[in-house]
Amino acid sequence: MDAKQMRKNKWQTTIFLILIILITYLSSFITNFNLIESIATIPAAFSWIFSNLLITEESLQKLPQILEKLGETIFMSIAATTLAAVVSLFLAIMGSKTTKVNQTFSVIARFIASFSRNIPVVAWSLILLISFGQNSVTGFLALFVATVGFLTRAFIESVDEANQSSVEALTATGATYFHMISKAVIPQSLPQMLSWILFMIETNIRSATLVGILTGTGIGYMFDLYYKNMNYNLVALITFTIIIAVIAIELVSNKIRRVIL
Amino acid sequence: MSLLKVEGLSKFYDGETKVLKDVDFEVEAGEFLSVIGPSGAGKSTLLRCINRLVEINEGKVIFNGLDVGAMKKKELRQLRTNIGMIFQHYNLVPRLTVIENVLHGRFGYKSTIQGVLGRFTEQEKEQAFYLLEKLGISEHAYKRCDQLSGGQQQRVGICRALIQEPKLILCDEPIASLDPNSSKVIMDYLKSISTEMGITCIVNLHQVEVAKEYASRIIGLKKGEIVFDGPSKLLYGEQIENIYGIESRELITV
Repeated sequence: MDAKQMRKNKWQTTIFLILIILITYLSSFITNFNLIESIATIPAAFSWIFSNLLITEESLQKLPQILEKLGETIFMSIAATTLAAVVSLFLAIMGSKTTKVNQTFSVIARFIASFSRNIPVVAWSLILLISFGQNSVTGFLALFVATVGFLTRAFIESVDEANQSSVEALTATGATYFHMISKAVIPQSLPQMLSWILFMIETNIRSATLVGILTGTGIGYMFDLYYKNMNYNLVALITFTIIIAVIAIELVSNKIRRVIL
Repeated sequence: MSLLKVEGLSKFYDGETKVLKDVDFEVEAGEFLSVIGPSGAGKSTLLRCINRLVEINEGKVIFNGLDVGAMKKKELRQLRTNIGMIFQHYNLVPRLTVIENVLHGRFGYKSTIQGVLGRFTEQEKEQAFYLLEKLGISEHAYKRCDQLSGGQQQRVGICRALIQEPKLILCDEPIASLDPNSSKVIMDYLKSISTEMGITCIVNLHQVEVAKEYASRIIGLKKGEIVFDGPSKLLYGEQIENIYGIESRELITV
């Protein structure tokens, strides 16, 4: 690279930076976003958080009820994830290049996966809310559908990565298609699949809160209820229990992952 | 009647590249036959046409009096139970135990449900341990396959082929990924399989020296055509040169 080239590169970087600053300024102008003003509100916001979001003794009395709802939410997420995993396994085997039965099924499986994946879980809960009403089935289904989309995608990759040589060997012994799937493909991709399922359980517990706010179920509903009643002490307690639960589950699943991989 | 008869076998990929051209040969029961030739000569394809892991384009493969090319799914399964196969990269399921991998050889005899649930009879399990004992790896029976050395994994592969009770064993470069010591062990086992158990072996090999030492008959393959077929003692320098091309002569004599 000669000096001329270097100077040119330097100029390009400068122009690029100026461009980004211009775009940022323009967007904040359009959206009436004032950076200085918002920074100025930060101290006030924090002082509000620390004076209102306090866990008081009074709110602690509600703890058993909160824990019950939290348990409900966690178990719903686990149930939705595991059921979705079973469906995804079938779709993934249909959809994978290496194990597909025929092209049509493969395309259908991939279509179902990308369709349910590309609609966010929030949209799913709102759509299902209209058709199923406000109950825990709606929340369950919303998580289920979004999880099927994601897990199918992840499972297809795990199946594709599985070594094809043992499949060839089993074919040579006269094994049937299902022998190959159950004894050569699944044993090889199982650890990865379990890892994805654990990841999805974690994610779903987090999204279950949001889904709950929308569909009026589980811990999300409680959060929404006390939030709207301006009972910020309970909101703080609920938030705290959710954080503890998510961290605990993450620790447990990390431990499981270390054992299986 | 010969065990295996290959008549005018041709195979091409993408309708153009001809991998095998009009290959003819017969194999008698109990023979130890070696197929030699440079990489890309079509050795692997030839083996895979015999148990139809690769579809046959032209010509016939007749095994035990039955036309392999015309077989339906069920007959094909039946055929494959009679033909064991050993691979260069052993092709075991790495995360499963040795004994599980050996028992995979019985799938050809199982219904789908039996196989998926892993229902094997006591007799089959005893046979699996007997074979592991025979190949000297019985102490590894409960280890995962990815913990074994290459030579040990290949012996598991041999066990898996033998438990099928095959009439013919196809070996696709069984020693190409092994060190000289393990190679000798594996070749000795293959030889004893053919002499003691009377199982026919067709072994693809790179190494002419090994082929000459072990095989009773050698087929030389060059660009998909048979250029030599005869007793191994009749394979001289000139024919070897013809099979591999002059430029690689130094490689062969090593």
